[in-house]
Amino acid sequence: MNKTTITARQPLLRKEWERKIPAFGRKKIKKWMTQAALPLSVIFIWQLVGMTGTVSKTVLPTPADIMNAAYQLTISGELFTHLKVSIFRAATGFLLGAGIGLLAGIAVGFSTKTEDVIDPTVQMLRTIPHLAVAPLFILWFGFGETSKILLIAKGAFFPVYVNTFLGIRGVDAKLFDVARILHFSRWEKITLLIIPSALPTILSGIRLSLGAAWLGLVVAELMGSTEGIGYMMMDARQFSNTDIVFVGIILFAVVGKLTDSLVRVLEKRLLRWQDTYKGTM
Amino acid sequence: MSIQIDVKSKSFFQGKQGVHVLQDVHLEIKNGEFITIIGPSGCGKSTLLKIVAGLDTDYKGTVEIDGVQIDGPGLEQGFIFQEHRLFPWLTVEENIAANQSLKDVNVRKKVDELIELVRLKGFEKAYPKELSGGMAQRVAIARALLREPKILLLDEPFSALDAFTRKHLQDVLLDIWQNKQITMILVTHDLDEAVYLGTKVMVMKAKPGQIRKIVSVSLPFPRQRAHPSFQEMRQRILREFETAENSPLLEGLGI
Repeated sequence: MNKTTITARQPLLRKEWERKIPAFGRKKIKKWMTQAALPLSVIFIWQLVGMTGTVSKTVLPTPADIMNAAYQLTISGELFTHLKVSIFRAATGFLLGAGIGLLAGIAVGFSTKTEDVIDPTVQMLRTIPHLAVAPLFILWFGFGETSKILLIAKGAFFPVYVNTFLGIRGVDAKLFDVARILHFSRWEKITLLIIPSALPTILSGIRLSLGAAWLGLVVAELMGSTEGIGYMMMDARQFSNTDIVFVGIILFAVVGKLTDSLVRVLEKRLLRWQDTYKGTM
Repeated sequence: MSIQIDVKSKSFFQGKQGVHVLQDVHLEIKNGEFITIIGPSGCGKSTLLKIVAGLDTDYKGTVEIDGVQIDGPGLEQGFIFQEHRLFPWLTVEENIAANQSLKDVNVRKKVDELIELVRLKGFEKAYPKELSGGMAQRVAIARALLREPKILLLDEPFSALDAFTRKHLQDVLLDIWQNKQITMILVTHDLDEAVYLGTKVMVMKAKPGQIRKIVSVSLPFPRQRAHPSFQEMRQRILREFETAENSPLLEGLGI
């Protein structure tokens, strides 16, 4: 008797459980699964291949080895110290570079005269690669933090500069007519028209700039330092601890992705008004 | 609030070729009149409107409001463009307020009244992307009215809208005109619209842009489109076009 009542109830229970997860929650889980499928399967195959022993562990450690190395580094506190140093460098360099980039972009965006003076030179400097100026920076500022932060700032400067400039020049001239009709003051033109209109472009500049800061960090730390994630990787390479090198790479990827997501959240918040193609045909 | 328009000539360059847009346009508009300007494309009717708005000051002649020469956009002149030209990053109420603060009690009250007037209650917090063309154009009208203009200049404001929305907005506009005693100048290429709204219909011809005829429309408001006297008036203005040598330019007049 009991058995029959239970089996009769079961489908109902399952339905209730399903109903408890709201539709958007289910959608989110589905989206997350779509995004995670590729990396997860790569890791799975990698582990399988590693376990067969066909590839030397100094060349390609298995995901389990890497996780173990990360765990060891975490409990010894080493990982955290290095990460702290690296994040400090990247953040300082980014703020410095992106800040100056924003100001320069605004200055050039608002006046063709400033543009003529500054822009050609900046465009020339833009194409010089990090590695080419790194020796000079060391010569001028020594091996200390200054040269590293400046190198990162150099990388972070250009994307924000170029995009701020472009964003300001991309303001719809028709809306300027409206601003004239409504008697906007100069300040109102900037705050109500130019900045909001340029914001999408500026924000994408900031995203690119964060990536560039991260890239500059690697160059800066690999060219000689005594702490930081880059140093940790260099050190591990010398002792053939390939698993630690991987930990460093993954850390760069994870922190990079996290900062990028942060800017995207900001974009979503600030650009709610945008009416653009969302990628669904 | 009377307007004296005396544009002797206006031309601009298209590439290297100079184009003569307006020639000897004299017109006096009295307070509270509703002028509709109609003419073939390229007759300079939009240019004339921009001159009155103060958006274009590069012409020979004078345009005076109450005897004062216009040298730039002023708060007496409101302007409605063909497209709504709302700021996409501002909500409906923010767009209406624009450079005025919604925190100001007076502004807040006036904005609320205008939202009521243009029948947009419930959409205060919507962004322009969420509005239909007609709704967006009503926001643009409210934005102009908040500045309490004495003259409202409209550059083919309803031409991009469907017939139903257009008729509705024409009535909204007449309402505003009758209640607020604003002088209206409306450029259109829709003959029906010109006769339905205007106390005077100004017919223009092209190359160079000149006034062909000013027809007073004395029909009482609200006007009945199907009424014989409306049709008769329409025919009269249509005849003005037919006498024009450049009949191919009739294209796009909705005739």
